[in-house]
Amino acid sequence: MSYDVSKIRNDFPILGEEVYGNPLVYLDNGASAQKPRAVIDAIGHTYEHEYANVHRGVHYMSQKATDAMENARETVRSFLNAADAREIIFVRGATEGINLVASSWAEMELKSGDEIILTEMEHHSNIVPWQFVRDRTGAVIKVAPISDDGELLMDEFEKLLSPRTRLVAVTHISNALGTVVPVAEIIRIAHDHGAKVLIDGCQAVPHMQIDVQALDADFYVFSGHKLYGPSGIGILYGKADLLNAMRPYHGGGEMINTVSFEESTFAELPFKFEAGTPHIAGAIALGAAVDYVTGIGLENIAAHESELLAYATEQLREINSVGLIGTAPEKAAILSFNLDDIHPHDVGTILDREGIAVRTGHHCAQPVMDRFDVAATVRASFGLYNTRQEVDALVASLRRVQEIFGA
Amino acid sequence: MNDLRDLYQDVILDHSKNPRNEGRPENPGHEAKGNNPLCGDKITVYVTVDDGVLKDIRFEARGCAISVASASMMSELAKGKSAEDVRAMFDDFHEAVTSKEPVAPEEVEKLDKLAALIGVREFPMRVKCATLPWHTLAAAIDDSTQEVTTE
Repeated sequence: MSYDVSKIRNDFPILGEEVYGNPLVYLDNGASAQKPRAVIDAIGHTYEHEYANVHRGVHYMSQKATDAMENARETVRSFLNAADAREIIFVRGATEGINLVASSWAEMELKSGDEIILTEMEHHSNIVPWQFVRDRTGAVIKVAPISDDGELLMDEFEKLLSPRTRLVAVTHISNALGTVVPVAEIIRIAHDHGAKVLIDGCQAVPHMQIDVQALDADFYVFSGHKLYGPSGIGILYGKADLLNAMRPYHGGGEMINTVSFEESTFAELPFKFEAGTPHIAGAIALGAAVDYVTGIGLENIAAHESELLAYATEQLREINSVGLIGTAPEKAAILSFNLDDIHPHDVGTILDREGIAVRTGHHCAQPVMDRFDVAATVRASFGLYNTRQEVDALVASLRRVQEIFGA
Repeated sequence: MNDLRDLYQDVILDHSKNPRNEGRPENPGHEAKGNNPLCGDKITVYVTVDDGVLKDIRFEARGCAISVASASMMSELAKGKSAEDVRAMFDDFHEAVTSKEPVAPEEVEKLDKLAALIGVREFPMRVKCATLPWHTLAAAIDDSTQEVTTE
């Protein structure tokens, strides 16, 4: 069956919008993806037909909302091929998932001198929480370097591992470079050294099939909004034995078993980590987003995006003085680049007036910018609804930038 | 498209490509650093003040065309003026670029060559680029040790 991109585009109401009189060309999917009708409707449906607080009431609506939310959890379990739905924790997003592991696992487990290994291409959200852990425990952060193409230098990574390595926290796909990181190999090597591994899957889940059991990941996090789901909801997957041994993150309702003023006992997984009323409609709509992408098929999405990436790369290379940053052989559909010495914000402003949405700046990955000695880049990141025509629009608009700047 | 040409006028492009008074002076007097964390624009402004008058202004900037052009024009305009006059000039400029209403011709005239930057009014996300050098200059005059940020 061929990939019917125009049919898919019809599922996304926002793609019919105009920006300054031009059709919206949305190439900022790495920052946040647009939402299909199925996701928008799931939110509306929840509030119109099955909303109440979850896991509390004996009444009909509470039961309905609880069932819908737990169905979404099962949908995500199946999506990640986790062994058990109790290993799927609803959090606000990947950032909260990482902070949860930092606080409830790393701060308990790590001692002064223990080591955490990161890579040079991590997002700030996979750096800063570990700095908190370092400051609170005396642990040491080591950083695995990348090549000029933006590939992780596996030899250098292996050299960093030691008997003191307790955790490797690594992105699955670099948000700034598009590099696909060989996480299966990293996990295998880390486990050989007795270290646990957390994978930041934000950029990976919309583009490739994930199997946390095949990967043998200890923790895997992602945000709903990059997977065509709502913002404010995300997933922390953790192996049950690790999650069971961890202390709770936030205290409050839903996460308790019994409470008195002397002491409290905590609920079982996954509720131990879900204090307070969760983003109920968000969780349900995340389930709808997962159903949407699995309905199209991740292998079909991956094939479409990789064809777009090849075309866009070729087209951009035809513009003199486009400098691509991130040219790893294994790449997701993310193109980070600079145009002459024109500042990315000037490029972004001109593209915007032509209806083209790209990200400009450091992409919350300042160490990557430092590594390539640039202050910022322009980043076009593609999603399942983007087209070749949109690549052409981007290229035409970049030529227009050159014209304005007389380059 | 016209508003793009309004934003990127030749005079702006000229100042951004050939910034005036760029570089660290041998004897920097007062200095301050400015930073726009959103875009990573960074600027350092050096100013020598003598008897309330800005004798020399220099800057080092890593930023977009708008911020570099604004810094360059600022360095030309503020030189030889009193600190008070420079503040008044910044106030006028700030008011013009953040104004919700079109700016009156007599107000535009007051802005002198800064009038070229008035196009950023149509680009709210870029106003901070134009004003960062001025905030930083104000801090340098005060010799603030606190880094200026637009956030």
